[in-house]
Amino acid sequence: MPTFSDLLKSHYEQTPDKVSVTILQRGQPDCPVTYRQLIHGASGYVRTLEKNGVQPGDVVILILQHGIDLLYAYFGTILHGAIPSIMPFLTEKLLPERYRADLASLVEVTQPTAIITYSEFESEVRAALKPGEDSVKAVIISEQAEGPGAPDFGCFGGFQRKPDDIVLLQHSSGTTGLKKGVALSHQAVLNQLKSYGAAIHLDPADVFVSWLPLYHDMGLIACWLMPILSGYPLVIMSPFDWIRAPYLLMQVVSKYKGTLSWLPNFAYNFCAQKVRDRDLEGVDLSSWRAISNCSEPMRWDSHQAFYDRFRNVGLRYEALTTCYAMAENVFAVTQGGIDAPVVFEDVDRESLQVEKVARPAIEGLPTVRMLGAGKAICNTKVCILDAHGRPLPDRHVGEVALNSDCMLSSYYHRPDATEKAFLNGWYLTGDFGYLVDGELYITGRKKDLIIVGGKNIYPQDLELLAYEVPGVHAGRASAFGVFNDATGTEDVVLVAEVDSDDPAERQRIADGIRAAVTRGSAVALRYVHIVGRHWMVKTSSGKTARSANREKFLSEMQEKGKVF
Amino acid sequence: MKVDEMKAGLSEYLAKEILKQPDRAIKPDEALLSSGLIDSFHLVDLALFVEDNYGVHIADSELNASTFDSLDQLIALIQSRQ
Repeated sequence: MPTFSDLLKSHYEQTPDKVSVTILQRGQPDCPVTYRQLIHGASGYVRTLEKNGVQPGDVVILILQHGIDLLYAYFGTILHGAIPSIMPFLTEKLLPERYRADLASLVEVTQPTAIITYSEFESEVRAALKPGEDSVKAVIISEQAEGPGAPDFGCFGGFQRKPDDIVLLQHSSGTTGLKKGVALSHQAVLNQLKSYGAAIHLDPADVFVSWLPLYHDMGLIACWLMPILSGYPLVIMSPFDWIRAPYLLMQVVSKYKGTLSWLPNFAYNFCAQKVRDRDLEGVDLSSWRAISNCSEPMRWDSHQAFYDRFRNVGLRYEALTTCYAMAENVFAVTQGGIDAPVVFEDVDRESLQVEKVARPAIEGLPTVRMLGAGKAICNTKVCILDAHGRPLPDRHVGEVALNSDCMLSSYYHRPDATEKAFLNGWYLTGDFGYLVDGELYITGRKKDLIIVGGKNIYPQDLELLAYEVPGVHAGRASAFGVFNDATGTEDVVLVAEVDSDDPAERQRIADGIRAAVTRGSAVALRYVHIVGRHWMVKTSSGKTARSANREKFLSEMQEKGKVF
Repeated sequence: MKVDEMKAGLSEYLAKEILKQPDRAIKPDEALLSSGLIDSFHLVDLALFVEDNYGVHIADSELNASTFDSLDQLIALIQSRQ
């Protein structure tokens, strides 16, 4: 079994002039990077890390935007044998203090030896550190890193690493002390790439196109490590650029004859609604062979809207595929739509919701259209368990559990969380679903997690922010997600109990909550519902029962004639 | 088009369609982008609305707080291009 370093060396030696990554940045010419340039650039970082006392096996946090520095720093860290972890960049709406607190908690859990960032961001990073007390020995400024140079593979620590050593960490986005870094070994990642590559029939003509962030498994594994380590060209743009110009994705696929992309469900609606005809002039999407819907609940409607919008510029219906994935399995668990079009079925709503059984639709009764997430990739087994951990038959809804040769090594420095996640060797995903002849359908989730645009949000984080607003009492706010058909993702709703009946005061509190949540979490609340005392439904332990509050909110809105 | 009409049209659009709070008053100098009031998911909508209603194109590279952050600044930008 090779390691990441072995694969990088082999590409460098066998195909040095092949373009590995093309980096696109608005206002700048496209920047192709060959394997030679990639390894030379990364070698500069190996020397830099060495000079700064970073040892193989140490954790290095990267706070860099999509670009050449990130590419070189990431693979330099790997060639040095250290463990990279990408942290999101500070966005303008997030409060710097909040970002610092988040970074400080990340440092505490993962004990990194170094942080790599830009000079302009250095003071922000240093403000989160406690010199002499925490683990960080060096803040490395990317502009001051050693320049590119020929590699001296014999001296690189990466070649001493073993297949079962941890190669990288991937962090979840929660902040309330829940920060869990998924630690993955070389072997786990490479096992995933092998099985997933087979599932999507990777072919020498494939070209990956992505705008996804790299601190998330979909971007990091499918649209970064898979193409670079397996030797397929990757064309990458920044999520900041794409969100302002969604048509870039189509133009880039057309220009580079892209074949593979991964998108969260909202992106299908977003592109379908916001791309104008003038931006599609000359665009040809016929090269796109698989666009995998992944990382948030997937909808048939979203696929349809996307297909209707882009069919006249060459989009093929068969290109719309589905994938169920999670960082704990490195990435993919299932894939659908490759060997045959994505399946969907209409099931009886009542049976699904009440009996938790997905029965085929009964004529005249309400139905739910379910989009299949595909079948398990060859190295992964999926089963559905009841509340007591017993396997359920086909069509019965239960918790999705999985077992594979590409599971996480651990939640880094969190043995408690690692132990809790497994039952008799099966990883419990926290998602609900059912199987039909091996096809997996996801119906919901066990945890009160909200997913907006593919980003996981913990409601307790938002509630804590709301409690900071004068007039809102601790324990009297409840945050939850409500699916929005138009946007194809969840809207975040926050209900807060207040004492005041004065409309102006309530408006002031609502504004305060919006501001506190946006600036504290970078999540925009779509609806703030201010209610009087004793509105909130509580569980016996006194905690807010989010799903019950969600139902209550929805029925109140329905009475008022507002549709959600 | 008069500034007042434009101001009314834009604030109605922002309150109703973006913030989903039809009664919310938008102050002319209130920070919209840097405050996170309008999140990045809605920047394209705003640009398309401006284009459709006022015939002014705002490039995607301009959709950030340094080009305009408040209603007043957005109106000034539109007027300078009409």
